[in-house]
Parts: sequence; structure tokens; C-alpha cells
Amino acid sequence: MKNRIKIECKRIVGGIAKGKLLFSDQPLNFLAMVNVKTGQINDIHHKLNNQTLKNNILVFPNAIGSSVGAYTIFSLKNNNASPNGIICTNSVDITTASGCAISNIPLVHINKSNFEKLNNYSIEEGNNNNTKIIVDAENEFIFFNNDKSI
Amino acid sequence: MDLTREEEKAIAGEYGEANSIAYRILVAIGEATNAQYLIPIEWAHVSGVNYNTIGDSGLDFLKKISKDGKVKIKTSLNPMGFDRKNIPDLSDDFIDKQFEITKMYEKMGITPTFSCIPYEILPIPSTGTHVSFAESSAAVLANSYLKIITNKESALSALASAIVGKTPFSDLRIEENRNPNIEIVNESKIKSELDFGLLGYFIGKTMKKSCTGLCNIPKNTDFWGIKSLSAGIGTSGSCGMFQIKDSSKNNDKICYGDKEMENTKDELNTSEDGQIITFGSPQLGMEEICKIATLMQGRKFTKPCKIFCPRPIFNKSEELGISSVLQKSGVEFVCDACTCLTPLIKKENYDSIITNSVKAAYYMKTSNKISVALKDVKTIVKDYSN
Repeated sequence: MKNRIKIECKRIVGGIAKGKLLFSDQPLNFLAMVNVKTGQINDIHHKLNNQTLKNNILVFPNAIGSSVGAYTIFSLKNNNASPNGIICTNSVDITTASGCAISNIPLVHINKSNFEKLNNYSIEEGNNNNTKIIVDAENEFIFFNNDKSI
Repeated sequence: MDLTREEEKAIAGEYGEANSIAYRILVAIGEATNAQYLIPIEWAHVSGVNYNTIGDSGLDFLKKISKDGKVKIKTSLNPMGFDRKNIPDLSDDFIDKQFEITKMYEKMGITPTFSCIPYEILPIPSTGTHVSFAESSAAVLANSYLKIITNKESALSALASAIVGKTPFSDLRIEENRNPNIEIVNESKIKSELDFGLLGYFIGKTMKKSCTGLCNIPKNTDFWGIKSLSAGIGTSGSCGMFQIKDSSKNNDKICYGDKEMENTKDELNTSEDGQIITFGSPQLGMEEICKIATLMQGRKFTKPCKIFCPRPIFNKSEELGISSVLQKSGVEFVCDACTCLTPLIKKENYDSIITNSVKAAYYMKTSNKISVALKDVKTIVKDYSN
């Protein structure tokens, strides 16, 4: 079934989140690159330049750079501009983990083989606006679906 | 992660809200880094002080956690937005909120060092001591040069560790993870602190491991070089430690040659010239202040020049008569703050700056949207003084 895939993940911060897939193979420096009021990524060197984190499920390797990025994640949440959930594909860094912990943003880690599945799916469905992901950090799985009804 | 009964009680809120929040943060980090348990630390260095970076949300969080939060161990504090004793022309709102933030930190018992180079102000613990340093440049320098142990902490993880006096035992805290199986082999000619910063930025961007070997580094590297290298690594990546060593046959290798150096500089150097010279990101210590004074030889800067340094360093240089020499050369000293994300250099006032700091260049370009002319200190003195 092409449009329903379920993969396992590891829970870092619990909760259940749903949103559109925002996939990046590049890390993010939250403090430097993200507008905390809008959730928009502003860095001409980044592939997600001008895209927004708001209400999406961010899939990225890990955060880099400033230790203050943890506060950026918290500010995004307070400003209703945060991603609904985050999936780290490399290693979960301390900035993302601590930022999500105080913001109650579900955060999970996926291993290499599951990352490949997700990557293939994102290439296939990359331009499909109906692609939604559900991150169920409580039960440690990611479920995605391009059915409009979810 | 295995928690003791006391730690579980703390999470449940038996020891107050601040402790509960702190433990929740540490458990999330423990899960993220596959830690089995928490270990005690002796020193925490907390970032997230500048109102420009943490904003109203950060202030709200600090109000909440400082209600009953007290630090258990020696804790130092990163720079704030401006010089407390020489308040600049910023909005009343900014100034009020900045002081509210610093009040919250002091209420928790944190020493108001307002410095990103706490290792030049407070005594360094003995080799192998576990600390918890937010401030990416200080974490890298602590592991690589001071021989004390920290992960590349976040503002929140360092604060949580300050409150409970513990940290998850993971990543660079485990001896075997401090022995790199990959190395950067330098084949470029490193001539200045700027070149070290560029090398650091390249390492951060390229290296996916927490610790890297670093080979073929000039033997006479001064402390400014080490600081620039550490700050570059901290800015662009997640790597938290380098080890300068001879090349090992068994290690994977990444080459850093003239081309890599040039590409790195092209990314960060966005202007030929600038309107103001800034030194200090990380803040300058005595060694660098003395070096600038020596290079200047009493000449005057032809552009405004700001030196960002910690207050104790400024006081010392004042006692020794070094700051007055530099002030006569046109230098303005700014204590308590740092070039990086300072509200003092805004797009409304400046289009471009001149600096030798790769970290300042990155944040000025990306966050403040200001162009940067990157030049090493000798070139800055040569080109902009008479």
C-alpha cells in the first residue's frame, strides 16, 4: 500500500503530532536561521530557505551551532509558529531535545534504514501537498498517509 | 535512563517546579544521547542571556523557573545585550527586559560574569572534571584545550544541570568517544587567527562526529588561534571536540587545503570593506588585547573600533594602563556583551562591519543581515590605522 506506511522510531519527547512533511537533509541553526515570529527559515545557503516550520513535521539530521537555539524552539512554540513535531535523522542533539522538552513538541529519532524509507517517500511525495505525517511518540511509530481524510 | 528514587521524586515535583522542569530536560537529553544515568558536575556555564536572542518567551520561562530554582554548583553566565555601566541608546523596553533577565539569573544564584570566555575569568578545575558548558565556543575549547569534559550543551541543558548539579553520562563524557577515528588533515597555510576560524568553520560543517582529530597544525599556535578554531567549530556544526595530533593510519581522513579555505572564506566574507571594526566573538582576553595594543604602536584607528571583553578583563587592562592606550587609539571597550547578535550593531545603523571573527561574521550575516569584511588582526591594523 503505497499511501500508508508505518515506521518505527525512538521517543525522545512524548506526544502525538500531525502535519505536512518538511524534509531537509541539511542541519539547522535555529538561532541564526529561523524567524521566531513566523517560523520561516531565512538563510540563502539553506535548501529550506523561505519555507516555514509552522504546523509542519520537521524531518532533519540535527541542530547545529548556537546553544541558545533551545530558546528559539520554545519561542516558536509560544508564538504558535513551531513545527507540530520533529524527527531527527542523524543524532538527536541536546539543543533540539531540551527545546522540545520544555515546549512539549513531540520529538523522535529514526535509524538509518527507516530514514531511507522516509527519504524515498519524501522524494516520491515531495510535491504532494496532501502528504501528512503522524508522529506518535507515545507508541514510537511514524505513520504517513496521502489520504486527505486524516 | 535509570533514575534513582530521589530523581523520580524530583521529576514528580516533590522538590518544586524548577527541579521538576530541570529533570524533565535532563531526561529528554539522556534519551536523546542514550545515557544510562546522571553524573555530578562541578561547573555549569549558562547561555541565553541576551534579550535579543531569547526574547519575551525566554524571559517568561526564566520567570517561571526562577520562582523556586536555585543553582547547586558554581555557575557562570554568558554575555547580555549591552554594557551595564555604559548603557547605550536602546529602547527602554529592551533595557528593562534585559535587566529583568539578568535579575532572574542572579536570583537563582548564578554569578553574573556576562562572558562567553568564563575560562579566562574563573579558575579552571583539574583535568578530567565534568562541567556543563552551553556557549558552543567554550564547550569546544573546554574539551580540546582545557582538558575538562563537557558535551556541547544547550542553554537549557546547562541551566538544568546547574539546578540539579548533574548531567546525563553520554557522548563526550565517555572516554572512548573522546578518541577520534576520523581526522581533518590540514594542508593549507595557516597564518593567522582568522585562518584558524575558517578551519574551524569548515570542521564544524563537515564533521558529523562529536570528536575529530586535527593533523598538521602549526606548532606555534597562540591562544587567539585556539579560541578562533573553537568558535568556528561551535558555530557551524555539532562537533564538540578536536584533538591536535599526528596522523594515524587507521583513521578516516578529510583534507583541508587552500581550496577548502578559499571556499569557506567566500561563504563568510560578504564585503570588501566595512564601516566599523569589531573585535570579540568570543570576547577578547588579556592576550588578545595586549596583542592589538602592541600592533597599534600608538597609531590611531581610521574607523570606529569596538572591543568586546568581559568586565574583569577590562578592569585588569585598565589597571595596567593598556586600555587607556587603546582608547587613545580610538577603541571603545564594551563589557558584558559580545559582537555576536549584539543589538548595538543593527542594519539601521550599519551596512557592513570589519572583523577577524568567523563567528561574528556568521551571525552578523545570517541574523543581523549585515555584510562582513573578514580580515585578520594584523591586516585590520595595517589597513585601518595611521
